[in-house]
Amino acid sequence: MLTPPVSSLTRLEYRAVTMRFVDRHGSGLTAVRDVSFSVRDGEVVSLIGPSGCGKSTLLNIGSGLTAPSEGVALVDGSPVAGPNAQVAFMLQKDLLLPWRTVTENVMFGIEIQRVPPVERKERARTLLEKFSLAEFSSHYPHQLSGGMRQRVALARTLAIDPHVLLLDEPFSAVDAQTRIVLQRDLARTLAEAQKTALLITHDLLEAVTLSDRVLVMSRRPGSIVDEIAIDMGQRDSPLARRADRKVNDYVARLMDRLDIAHASLDHEEAGGTE
Amino acid sequence: MKKSASLSPVRKGVAASAGLLVVFLAAWQWGPGLLGVPTFIVPPLSMVAREFVYAWQFDHLLLHTGVTIAEVLAGFALGSLLGSFVGYLLGMSPTAELALSPYILALQIAPKVAFAPLFILWMGFTVYPKILVAVLIVFFPVMVNVLTALRTIDPDLINLARSFKATRAQIFWKVEFPTSMPPMFAGLRIGATLAVVGVVVGELVGGNVGLGYLLTFGEGQADTPLVFVSIVMLTLVGAIAYLGVILVEHRVLHYLPERHVDGNI
Repeated sequence: MLTPPVSSLTRLEYRAVTMRFVDRHGSGLTAVRDVSFSVRDGEVVSLIGPSGCGKSTLLNIGSGLTAPSEGVALVDGSPVAGPNAQVAFMLQKDLLLPWRTVTENVMFGIEIQRVPPVERKERARTLLEKFSLAEFSSHYPHQLSGGMRQRVALARTLAIDPHVLLLDEPFSAVDAQTRIVLQRDLARTLAEAQKTALLITHDLLEAVTLSDRVLVMSRRPGSIVDEIAIDMGQRDSPLARRADRKVNDYVARLMDRLDIAHASLDHEEAGGTE
Repeated sequence: MKKSASLSPVRKGVAASAGLLVVFLAAWQWGPGLLGVPTFIVPPLSMVAREFVYAWQFDHLLLHTGVTIAEVLAGFALGSLLGSFVGYLLGMSPTAELALSPYILALQIAPKVAFAPLFILWMGFTVYPKILVAVLIVFFPVMVNVLTALRTIDPDLINLARSFKATRAQIFWKVEFPTSMPPMFAGLRIGATLAVVGVVVGELVGGNVGLGYLLTFGEGQADTPLVFVSIVMLTLVGAIAYLGVILVEHRVLHYLPERHVDGNI
């Protein structure tokens, strides 16, 4: 097993991004402050940090759904001015459409992008086979387990063949065993297709086993306080990494950086992230 | 004992329902006589059945029922089309919703049936005032349900579509419209029964055709059995309208998980 080569080409970049929100009392709130980092082609970078530190805000900026107050996000060197076909995102919620079958859900994005029907079906079929969902292709979402639904969501994300995947806690709603399987599938897929990914997670082990680098964010206003390269190889196999003792050292380091041992729950924002 | 315990709850429910019907019909037939209630107050079942045959032969019962059905259908169709159209319009434009909501609320609070005499003044003893009352009465449940569906849609779902570069029209047709279907059908169910109320009130107020007219005619003649026949026919019309909506709903919302007992409304 080898880790795919990471080229020097920058796929995703945040340049001095600051995001301020105005709440209903009219006072400002800075969610992220002066965040700069870049993700190279084929690289998988995780973003960890306390709740409410603006991780999801960064993701929305990267996908072009919200514009930053200051600074700029760039994909393939050009500024993100709105949603674009090079970037796809996936959330904790599977967001499957209940009236569409599994195949139709996978085709949702490419249908919107007006990919010809024959090619749509072909892409969906290939992806469903890859994720061992072929026999469920005409099922409706309510007939699937949580893990399967999330796999369909991943297939839908990959169907548009994006350069960059933005993943916001994609597996935090599934049970521990399913999560391990999904992490394996994701890691393998990202390595095979040489996709670039930015992964937001609360699971430190997930961050270490899936990524090339981990960025640590501070409490709000969020900024990047540390960057830890995961020098373990085998990025396509989280299971192999889990078996490696070095994982514990990395997790311990991340816990230390996040100051988890001394954190109290009062610092947690009610209502989860953002 | 063992056998009845092994019956499924659905079969038990159906059996109990049928049993109740028999008890009800028997009570209707013999109850008034036993309690000494005169037949001009509560005519027994057999008398109402005879009246039904008589009304069918000599009072144009079929014509009155047909007219009422046509008015209900027209009112229901127009009312739900208008209601969903306005619901989508307001749902997509928060400004329009803010501007119009006080007036819509006022119109919703106003008892719609009170408009019936006014509409008859405007349009005379035709079918149109009846249809118009039904339109007005069906409009609100459909509009409110569609509007609420659009208001409560998961913003992440819209963002997902947006991230795929969906146009406004694509977001509507691929996300918002299908999402609004289940609540819209809930509104249509309510509307189907209310349409009958609207039409009957219109017919009661003025005109010389329809089951509502037959009802007042029976009242004027002190013909209690005819009043009963009219009420039964109106109930049937309402039930058929309601069942029709449910049939279409099952077709359209086939993707929803099956409900275990399909008696809940």
